[in-house]
Amino acid sequence: MPRWSAQKTYTAPRSAPEGLVHATKSMHTPIASGPETRQPAERRPLAVDAKGVSLTFETSDGQVEALSKVDLQIAAGDFVSFIGPSGCGKTTLLRVIADLEQPSAGTIAVNGVTPDEARLKRHYGYIFQAPALYPWRTIERNVMLPLEIMGIPAEERKARAARYLALVNLSGFERKFPWQLSGGMQQRASIARALSFEPALLLMDEPFGALDEIVRDHLNEQLLRLWNQTGKTVVFVTHSIPEAVFLSTKIVVMSPRPGRIIDVIACDFPRERTLEIRETPEFLKIAQRVRMGLRSGHSYDE
Amino acid sequence: MTSSAYLTGRALHAPAPRRFRWPRWIADRAPVLTIVLVLIVVWYVAAILMNMTLVRGAFERNDTAYSLMDLIAGTLDAERPLVAAPHQVVLTFIDLVFDYPPDSPRSLLYHSWVTLSATFVGFVLGTAFGILLAVLIVHVRVLEKSLLPWIICSQMVPILAVAPIIIVVLGAIGLRGLLPKSLISAYLCFFPVAIGMVKGLSSPDPIQLDLMRTWSATPLQVLWKLRLPASVPYLFASLKVAITISLVGAIVAELPTGAQAGLGARLLAGSYYGQTLQIWAALLAAALLAAILVGITGWAERWAVRRMGMKP
Repeated sequence: MPRWSAQKTYTAPRSAPEGLVHATKSMHTPIASGPETRQPAERRPLAVDAKGVSLTFETSDGQVEALSKVDLQIAAGDFVSFIGPSGCGKTTLLRVIADLEQPSAGTIAVNGVTPDEARLKRHYGYIFQAPALYPWRTIERNVMLPLEIMGIPAEERKARAARYLALVNLSGFERKFPWQLSGGMQQRASIARALSFEPALLLMDEPFGALDEIVRDHLNEQLLRLWNQTGKTVVFVTHSIPEAVFLSTKIVVMSPRPGRIIDVIACDFPRERTLEIRETPEFLKIAQRVRMGLRSGHSYDE
Repeated sequence: MTSSAYLTGRALHAPAPRRFRWPRWIADRAPVLTIVLVLIVVWYVAAILMNMTLVRGAFERNDTAYSLMDLIAGTLDAERPLVAAPHQVVLTFIDLVFDYPPDSPRSLLYHSWVTLSATFVGFVLGTAFGILLAVLIVHVRVLEKSLLPWIICSQMVPILAVAPIIIVVLGAIGLRGLLPKSLISAYLCFFPVAIGMVKGLSSPDPIQLDLMRTWSATPLQVLWKLRLPASVPYLFASLKVAITISLVGAIVAELPTGAQAGLGARLLAGSYYGQTLQIWAALLAAALLAAILVGITGWAERWAVRRMGMKP
């Protein structure tokens, strides 16, 4: 238990020290519509619509086909995981959505516009595997950085930083510098930073990959709660089958050389999930199907 | 009395024999003080040996009888020694610093100030120019290929050869005094700043740069909020080099120009008139100035690092 929380006896009891979502019912501003208002996927607008997307990298020893004719539709409000072995193009696909890479062929729309336009309009928040906090800024000023860049007034910046640091259970750490926080806390700060400008779409590139399993389990639960509360669209890259099955409404199985989509698996557990569902037969069945998909893509060949 | 106390007797409770301990401020500096001591001894030996013939010659010219002690005393007290003894240098230095008003042309303070002001102006100009170059090079990749070789070449030219040319050219267009000296000093000190800042400005992680892109930050925002703060440690490493060589630059600029004032002018005048003590005193002043300037830069660095919350 962090020392500070022992002193602040008036705060609500925390679900876990590594919790991502602060379990307060008194959140004065609802961030977006709750799960009640969600419609079936086919009636929701598309957050991502990729048609025949290919990407070829030029390297010193020839061309590498990172993505080959990828077709993918992600409905707004979905939680979609990309899973596959390294080199299958899952991160590349995420970077194409974020306009950090440009496809060599095919078209892609993000929230109905080009990725470039979506980026300029700040439609999405990107979370990397490393927290990548700026070491010379305090946690609070790190969370406020995108807001500074977007020209949001100082008062509003401060209010939003407080709100989203509370959401990821980091109240009281505003004035700490990144190196004073654990890896899990730093990653939560980086999630608060991505949430601070309230994008409708969250792109997460193995955000918990560098954390130990105990911390990762907690953050998974809390991320799910956050997604459920805010109704955001989440695109989540992972190489862990249990993580993908536990979190997603849709699992995209990918395979390397060339990077392509093998299977898209619907994952229709109730939105309120606990870690215990990982022992149910339904969970194992979907995990098995993901494994089959990976095998058919020769992911286990080496 | 318990049995154990009985067995051990008083010896256990008596204070341990106290070993002498040097005060901390000496103990911490012992290594460097040892070196200073060794250097002073070497210096005295050198002074005695180097001045020996000079003093012996003087004694013999005057047909005075002399003992070895006279000879040694003479070597350490010569008016124009080949190698001045440390105490002579210190005494001359104190005399030149304290026994004249600070605005007298004999005062070392006056000459130090003349050099220091040129150093400051040169340092500021050079640093600003170095940072500007680095910013340009980092943003326009063509400039790295086209400018960097020239920047490196600029430092291969012996400044002693270039300085008179610069002074003459600037004099022809009516620039005299402080500015030409500062420009020569800036010419030397922009180099480490430019090289260090190119490295510093390119030091942010690719992820940190990608983040800026996802927030669609302008290049100016990336520079201001990411590249510049990230380059601060590199900047200070460069500034420590830059401040000393801008002092060297200012002194060198005073040598070939027939300057009337400044530490360089004192060095030159001293060697014209065989005033070795004056040369040594001016050297000591230059060394002290350099130490103070580096000290101030180091202090500023620690302040900045603390302000930026870097891991101590």
